Amino acid sequence: MNDTIAAIATAQGIGAISIIRVSGSKAVDIVSKIFTNKNFKTSSSHTIHYGYIIYKDEKIDEVLVSKMLAPKTFTREDIVEINTHGGITTTNKVLEILLSEGCRLAEPGEFSKRAFLNGRIDLTEAEGIIDLINAKTEKAHKMAISQIGGKASKLIKNLRNDLSHILANIEVNLNYPEYEDIEEMTVSKINDSMDSLEEKINKIICESKNGELLKNGIKTVILGRPNVGKSSLLNNLIGEEKAIVTEIQGTTRDSVEATLIIDNIILNLIDTAGIRKTDDIVESKGVEKSLKLAKEADLILLVLDYSEPLTKEDEKILNEIKNKKYITIINKCDLNKKINDENLENKIYVSAYKNINMESISLKIKELFNLEKLETEDMSYLGSARSQAILNKIKVAIKEVKNGLSNGATLDMIEIDLKNIWNLLGEIIGETYEEELIDELFSRFCVGK
Amino acid sequence: MNYEIIVVGGGHAGCEAALAASRKGHKTLLVTGNINNIADMPCNPSIGGSAKGIVVREIDALGGEMGKNADKSLLQIKMLNSGKGLAVRALRAQADKITYPKEMLKTLKQEHSLDILEALVKDLIVKNNKVEGVLLEDETKIKAKAVILTTGTYMNADILIGSERRREGPHGEKPSNYLSDNLKKYGFTLKRLKTGTPPRIDKQSIDFTQTKEEKGDSVYHTFSYDMKPIYDVDKQISCYLIYTNDNTHKIIKNNLNKSSMYGGLDDIKGVGPRYCPSIEDKVVRFSDKEKHQLFLEPESIYYDDIYLQGFSTSMPYDVQEEMVHSLKGLEKAKILKYAYAIEYDSIYPTQLKQTLETKIIENLYSAGQINGTSGYEEAACQGLIAGINASLKIEGKEPLILKRNEAYIGVLIDDLITKGIRDPYRLLTSRAEYRLLLRNDNADLRLREYGYKIGLIDKKRYQKFLDKKQAIKELICELKEKKVTTNDNEFLKSINTPEIKDGMTLYNLLKRPEVTIESLKHLLNKEYEFDVLEEVGIMIKYEGYIKKANEEALKMNELENKKIPEDINYDDMHNLASEAKQKLKEIRPTSVGQALRISGVNPADISVLMIYLKKDYYG
Repeated sequence: MNDTIAAIATAQGIGAISIIRVSGSKAVDIVSKIFTNKNFKTSSSHTIHYGYIIYKDEKIDEVLVSKMLAPKTFTREDIVEINTHGGITTTNKVLEILLSEGCRLAEPGEFSKRAFLNGRIDLTEAEGIIDLINAKTEKAHKMAISQIGGKASKLIKNLRNDLSHILANIEVNLNYPEYEDIEEMTVSKINDSMDSLEEKINKIICESKNGELLKNGIKTVILGRPNVGKSSLLNNLIGEEKAIVTEIQGTTRDSVEATLIIDNIILNLIDTAGIRKTDDIVESKGVEKSLKLAKEADLILLVLDYSEPLTKEDEKILNEIKNKKYITIINKCDLNKKINDENLENKIYVSAYKNINMESISLKIKELFNLEKLETEDMSYLGSARSQAILNKIKVAIKEVKNGLSNGATLDMIEIDLKNIWNLLGEIIGETYEEELIDELFSRFCVGK
Repeated sequence: MNYEIIVVGGGHAGCEAALAASRKGHKTLLVTGNINNIADMPCNPSIGGSAKGIVVREIDALGGEMGKNADKSLLQIKMLNSGKGLAVRALRAQADKITYPKEMLKTLKQEHSLDILEALVKDLIVKNNKVEGVLLEDETKIKAKAVILTTGTYMNADILIGSERRREGPHGEKPSNYLSDNLKKYGFTLKRLKTGTPPRIDKQSIDFTQTKEEKGDSVYHTFSYDMKPIYDVDKQISCYLIYTNDNTHKIIKNNLNKSSMYGGLDDIKGVGPRYCPSIEDKVVRFSDKEKHQLFLEPESIYYDDIYLQGFSTSMPYDVQEEMVHSLKGLEKAKILKYAYAIEYDSIYPTQLKQTLETKIIENLYSAGQINGTSGYEEAACQGLIAGINASLKIEGKEPLILKRNEAYIGVLIDDLITKGIRDPYRLLTSRAEYRLLLRNDNADLRLREYGYKIGLIDKKRYQKFLDKKQAIKELICELKEKKVTTNDNEFLKSINTPEIKDGMTLYNLLKRPEVTIESLKHLLNKEYEFDVLEEVGIMIKYEGYIKKANEEALKMNELENKKIPEDINYDDMHNLASEAKQKLKEIRPTSVGQALRISGVNPADISVLMIYLKKDYYG
């Protein structure tokens, strides 16, 4: 960790300015070597300098360079940030020069890692910042900010506080058995609190799953038999809503072919090619393939034709997806109604071609994934794989407490699993300190000679 | 005069230290201010209690004296928490305050290589940061290879009553006025602590009809693994329960400014124990409580003092009279000794190694209240460990360091030296991560092997222990082989457990919470001792939980085994947070596991430390 690292800190691609961040004890020295401004090296901390990046007598770019010396920086190391004039080629060139002058290319998230290792941020914050970097939409951005602000930490802290009341009570019962006037922690009290804890944990898991969807996008399949208007739906979503479609290459999720953002929701579309093909060719091979893919989707947009009765094929698709989250998009609503739609669920009526009621699609998605709530209420979530794994462990431990209680286990056994939950909650926010419990014990109970 | 080991102080720590050292064959001197105060119990007349009772068992398993001595002086004994689970049970006894010290003195006097000297120690003799003996207040020099300080509350002791401050130790004894200044001179950081004791009431003046009697258990118990009960279960002395009332609280509130702790004295620096608040504290902090429990505990069968547990105070005498007389049954009570608080100097315990040797002066050990703990049991176990380790060091052998998953003693010492203290340290079951492993029943299984190896457990007692282990093995085998069948359903019904459809091993049957091992005794081929049955019963019933605890402990021990080299330079680790760096430099943990337990050292700091160790030491 003693070396100096560098990386392009802004998103690659178009944009007026790109920033290259350099962090480490040699940051100033290295940049001085290639920067024309002679005051830079001796200037004070937290200042900005104008000049050129020059390498082997060649002017590379006109730049502004910020100098921030340790410890008041993001990584608590010396940091230099070079603002270049955008353009992938120029920015890459500057980075390459830095690397040849003694910097090492930073690994993904390494700045945050250093901030964490240097005690600048705690583990939850570190995860929040990584999410912030990856935030693709405004909402995900908000979510990341709220986690950094400690909202998630606060939520977990509160759960942990509730539990420490119970633990302290049990401790006093065990350590001061002669005190009759202290409430005995009973099976039903522990059971009640486990119920409420479980409910809250479930809510956190559920919300963080939704948060995960907000952040990484909803894996979506558009399904429907030929000629119901799947491609016009897609074209409408892309064209009329001015959404961006990007081909995602080389990701592990190979089946995702395009990312579509409507109303701040990211939809990762699977098998868009299939849609176009099946619409053109009157045969159902495409549908079969899409049905297979639908199994791994988070959301299915089922397209039906308003102007035709349900066909056997429609019924078959409906039956296949009945256990999944889906929206029934009844297209061509401007034509005469022939569809028997009484038993259909989650239905909306649109005309992709005439652009009628298309906004209801995103509203329905929000409703289905409870995203509205996530937007307006508590945005805190614990989306990282690490937190999720711990939350699941907590659920198991809660079950063990309940099993123990129903099997007549004594307090000394129950307390082991309770303590385990308490420690796991602490693990999420990076805090496990026994002394807290002892403080709790003596601040709440009146015992002793 | 020349000795191998000198123990300074004759309290519970000093006695164990002196006995361990002399029993290991080292010429030992115990220096005490007053021979009549050896093994004195200046506060509550009881030994044991939750966690502490288990420590007494651990002391006994290792070959210490406290358990045996308590068994010889019982007034009453109880098994606590029997209803709350087998793993948190602990013994608590009322011990006779005359018999206990008398028996201990007798034991000390029987040791051939132990001398006792009545004197006060003024200074240490130190050469090249190594202790070479002690200097008495009369300027006598006594040489020794190792010195163990067990001065209790006597260093710069002040008695506080109301607005009065007197320089004296418990019972008005002469305090040690020079030693702590001299320790400061050597570079020790001292911490001022405070503790208190309630008034003693004349038994004859109490109306016991107004109280609730609290009897001892109706079955026999002993602390020691090697003692048969020598008391009569039907002749135990009772304690009595009473409560404070509105009037008591009113008197306290009206006189609060007269209490030493609440403004009567403005120069109090000592930090009092949180677990042992004065009655003023209780009334002020828990003002919503209508009444507080108080226990009347007999101190001895040889005199009439009753210890008023729960009523510690530093009020002046006249207010104490008023307070006591407000209690039901104590309207006409005669106070024999007034309550007082005591302030004293202690060594800040992070200056100690895990062996209880000080980091500053080689071959100097300290144990007991001087290390910032509170309680007879906490003191005694440290004395034992200091005595053992001072001896082992002289012998050139590896020290005895008990792990946190091996003994409460290990938890206590590790807490002291790693976390330091804020107030006098009391053991609590919650301080142990693996208390399911640290039980009252299995102290011998955990520690007797060590006791034997060190030489404090003789062959005969060790053989008895091996026999017990063998019996446990055999019993488990038998339970796993033997089955109940459908023919036994009548019997199963009789012990209130569901009938079976197939055969079931006794082992599995025992997993049912309602089935006790005693109820299956008649199905066994052999007769087993009670403690063998008890042990196996617990092992089976708690098997799953014990396994889990063992797995956790194993994980912890992995970090414990990641040793930090003694010469590590924390200044080289630029990425350490400055608070962590300072703490690590102060405590100098010997393992990554210990480092993780230091408050102010975060997991991030541990990552930095591990990266550094990996890079520069492990390769």
